Amino acid sequence: MSVGVPRGLASSGQKLITEILHPLSAAEEPMSPGPDVTAGADQEKQEPGLTNGAPVEISSPSSASVLLSRLQLDDELEADDQDPYGSTEARDLFVTVDDPKKHVSTMETYITYRVSTKTTRIEFDLPEYSVRRRYQDFDWLRTKLEDSQPTHLIPPLPEKFVMKGVVDRFSEEFVETRMKALDKFLKRVADHPVLSFNPHLNAFLTAKDLNKRQGLALLTKVGESVKHVAGGYKLRARPAEFCAMGEYLDTFSQKLGTIDRIAQRILKEQSEYLTELREYGAVYSSWAGSEEQLQRPLEGVAGCVTTSCGALEDLSDNMSQDFLPVLREYVLYIESMKNVLRKRDQVQAEYEGRLEAAVLRKQEDRTPIPVEVEKCQDKVECFNADLKADWERWQRNKRQDFKQLLTGMADKNINYYEKCQDAWESLITLLQEKQTEDKTSETN
Amino acid sequence: MTFIWNNLKQELIKDESHIIHHNSSLEQNPSNTNGTEGSCLLRRMEICVSEAEKRSGRNAVSMQETFTVYLLETRSMEAIAEGLNPPPDCLWRRYSEFELLRNYLIVTYPYIVVPPLPEKRAEFVWHKLSADNMDPDFVERRRIGLENFLLRVASHPVLSNEEMLYHFLTKEHGWKEMVFETGFQAKADSRLRALNATFRVRSPHKRLVEMKHYSDGLQSHTSQLLRARTVSYTNGPTVCMCLCSEWSAIEKEMGDGLQSAGHHMDAYATSIDDILEEEEHYADQLKEYLSYAEALRAVCRKHELSQFELEMASQDLVSKKQQREELATGMVRTFSLKGMTNKLFGQEAPEQREAKLNLLEELIAEGEEAVKEKTAECQEHAVKAWADILRFKDQKDKDLLEALISYALMQISMCKKGIQVWSNARECFLKM
Repeated sequence: MSVGVPRGLASSGQKLITEILHPLSAAEEPMSPGPDVTAGADQEKQEPGLTNGAPVEISSPSSASVLLSRLQLDDELEADDQDPYGSTEARDLFVTVDDPKKHVSTMETYITYRVSTKTTRIEFDLPEYSVRRRYQDFDWLRTKLEDSQPTHLIPPLPEKFVMKGVVDRFSEEFVETRMKALDKFLKRVADHPVLSFNPHLNAFLTAKDLNKRQGLALLTKVGESVKHVAGGYKLRARPAEFCAMGEYLDTFSQKLGTIDRIAQRILKEQSEYLTELREYGAVYSSWAGSEEQLQRPLEGVAGCVTTSCGALEDLSDNMSQDFLPVLREYVLYIESMKNVLRKRDQVQAEYEGRLEAAVLRKQEDRTPIPVEVEKCQDKVECFNADLKADWERWQRNKRQDFKQLLTGMADKNINYYEKCQDAWESLITLLQEKQTEDKTSETN
Repeated sequence: MTFIWNNLKQELIKDESHIIHHNSSLEQNPSNTNGTEGSCLLRRMEICVSEAEKRSGRNAVSMQETFTVYLLETRSMEAIAEGLNPPPDCLWRRYSEFELLRNYLIVTYPYIVVPPLPEKRAEFVWHKLSADNMDPDFVERRRIGLENFLLRVASHPVLSNEEMLYHFLTKEHGWKEMVFETGFQAKADSRLRALNATFRVRSPHKRLVEMKHYSDGLQSHTSQLLRARTVSYTNGPTVCMCLCSEWSAIEKEMGDGLQSAGHHMDAYATSIDDILEEEEHYADQLKEYLSYAEALRAVCRKHELSQFELEMASQDLVSKKQQREELATGMVRTFSLKGMTNKLFGQEAPEQREAKLNLLEELIAEGEEAVKEKTAECQEHAVKAWADILRFKDQKDKDLLEALISYALMQISMCKKGIQVWSNARECFLKM
C-alpha cells in the first residue's frame, strides 16, 4: 500500500496521467499537501509547534486519480503474495498511516500521524484525503465501530497505556512500532466488506476536526437495537461451531502467551551472549598487540567477531520490533473476539428466552408469537452469519500474517548468517594467503 | 621486532657451533648428535598412541584403584619404507609415566621449552564435556594429547636424542627405575624450591625478561579465550523449533508447513554436533599453547635463577678477596666484626693469621673456579634457551595460524548450515 509516485502509462496518450488535470481541479500540482504539513514534511520528524491536529484536505484531479487507483489496483494484484490484504475483490479504498510528528502544547505533548486515503467510492466526496490523527482518535474510531457493528470482529489497536517510567513514548522505536500497528488496524478496517462502509470510518478519514463529543448521533441508530440486549437471559447451548471458535481462541491465546515468553527468554539470552561475544573479540585484539607474525591474523579474527556482534544486534532488534508486536496484537485481537462471541451468546439467549415465554403464553391463551420474537430470531441469524464470515476472513488474514511473520524471521536469520559468513570468508582468504607466503619463505 | 630476531639468529649461529663441542655436564647422553634434523627420532620411528583401556590394581598404599592405560605403538620407519609393513611393538603406559618423562626432561634440559602434556583434569569445560576423568570423551582427547606430546618431543632437535625417551618408547618394565636412578629427582626438588623463592637479579638478561613478559601475556590471553562459555550462537533455530512445535499442534492448515520446518530444525541441531567437535579441537590447541606458555616462562625463570646464583657466587668471591686483603695488609677497609675485635682484643698470632690466609686462598681459588663455571653455564643456558625459543616461536606462529584458519573455516561451516536450515524453513513457511 503506497502513496508512491505512479508510473505513467504510455498508452494513455501523449500526456502522462499525472499531468491530466480534472476540469474542476483548482490545484495546479497534483497531490500537494497543505502548507502546515509541507512545512513539517521537509524538516525532521519530531518538529514541535505545529498546528495541533489540524487535518489537511487534498484536492486533486479526480479522473486522473480514478485511473491512478486502477493502476495501483494492478500493482496490488501483482504484489498479492506480499500483501496479505490483497484479495481477489476489487479494491477501491486505500489507506495509509505514516509521517509521525510531535506536538507540544502547554497542556500536553503527543504524536500525530498522517492518515492518507485514496478512494473511488461514492460515499466519499473526494477521491483523496489527508488528515492528521492521534492515538485518541483511533481509539474513538474503534469504540464507535464496536458499538455500531457489534456483530463483527473489530481489529485491535496497539496498547493504549504505557508505563511512563519504563517506555519512552516519544522514542523513535516506540513511535515506529505504534505507527505500524495503527496502519495495520486501519488497513484491516478498510479491507472489511462491512466495516469499511461505516460512516464513522468515513468521518475519521475525512473530517477536518473529529467532533467526538457529538458522537454523530444519527449514525448510531443501527447499533442501538443491538445494544439493547436485555440481560438476565441464560444461554442453553452454544452451537457447535461457535464452541469450536471459543475453544480455538482459548488454546491459541495460550500458545501465543507461551511463544511470547519463549521469545522474551531468547532475547535475554541473545543479549547476554552479545556481551560475552564482545569481550571475546576484545581478547583477540589484546593478544594481537603482543604478537608479531600473528598480529594481523588475530586482529582479523577480532574484526569478524565484531561483525558478528553487529549482525546479532540487528537480529535481536528485529525480534523485538517486528516479531513480538505481532504476537501481542493477536492477543488483543483474541480478547476482542471473545467479547463478540459473548455478545452473540447474549443475543441468542435473549431470543431463546423470549421465544420460550411466547410459546408458553401461546399455549395458555393462544396469543400469537409477537413480532419482536421473530425480530430476535433475525438478529441471531444475522449475528451468526456476520460472525461466521468474519471468522473465515480472520483465519485467512491470520494465516497470511503469521506466514509473513515467520518468513520474515527466516529472512532476518538468513541475513545474519550471510553477514557473518562474508566476514569470515574474507578473513580466510587473508589467512591462507599468509600461510602460503610463510611456507614459500621457509623453503627459500 | 623482526630486526632483533634476525640479528640474534646470526649471533646464535656463531655461538652454537662453539657450544656443540663443549662438554656440558648437563648433557647426560654421551652419544649426543644434537642440532641436526636428520637424526631426529621421529624420522626413524613411527610413534602412535592408539588405544585406551581401564585397569584396576593396587596402588602404592595398597588401595584398590581404577586407572586408564594407553597403548603405545612403535614401528621402524626403515622397515615401513622397505614395504615390510611390520607389526608394531607395543607397550602400555599410564598418564603418570608420561608425567615422569616430562619432569625428567624439564630438569635435564632447563633451557628447552618442553612440549606440554594434555591437562590432568578437565578444566575449561565447553559445551557438553563433563569434568570426569573417566568420561570417554575426555579419555579420547587425552589419548590424542599424549600422542601429540610424544610426536613433538620425538621431532625436537635436542630432546629427540634423549636416551630416556627411547627407553620410554621401548622398555615397558624397568623404565621407571632407570629414570629414578639418574637422580634427577633430587635436582628437581632443589630447583623447584629455589624457583619458588623470590629473588632479585641485579643485571637481568633483557631479552629473556621480555620473553617472560610475553609468556605471561600468552598465558593470560589463551586462558581468557578458554574461559568464554559460549563461542557459537546456535539459539536461533531453537526459537523456531519451539514456535513450530507449539503451533502445529493446534493449526490445521498451517500444521504441515510448521511440522516440516520443525524437522529441519531437528536436523540442524544434530548436524551442529560435528561443528561443536571442531570447537573442542580448537580449545585443545589453545590449551596446548597455554601450557607451552608456562613452559616458556619456566625456561626464562631458570635462567634468572642461574644468573642469581652466579651473582651470589661473584659476591661471595668479592667478599672473600676483601677478607684476604684485610688479613694480608692488616688494614680494615670497611667496618667489620673482625676489625672491631682486633681493636678491642688485639690481633692474633702470626701463625694463626697465616693459617687463615691459606684457607682463604683455597676458598678463593674454589670460588673463582665456581664463578667461571657458573658464568659459562649461564651463558650457555642463555644461548641455548634463545635458540630453542626461536624454534618455539616459529612453531607457535605456524600452529596458531593453522588453528585460526580452522576456526574460521568452522565458523563458515556454521553459517552455511544456518543459512541452509533457515532457507528450508522458509520454504516450508511459504507453502503454509
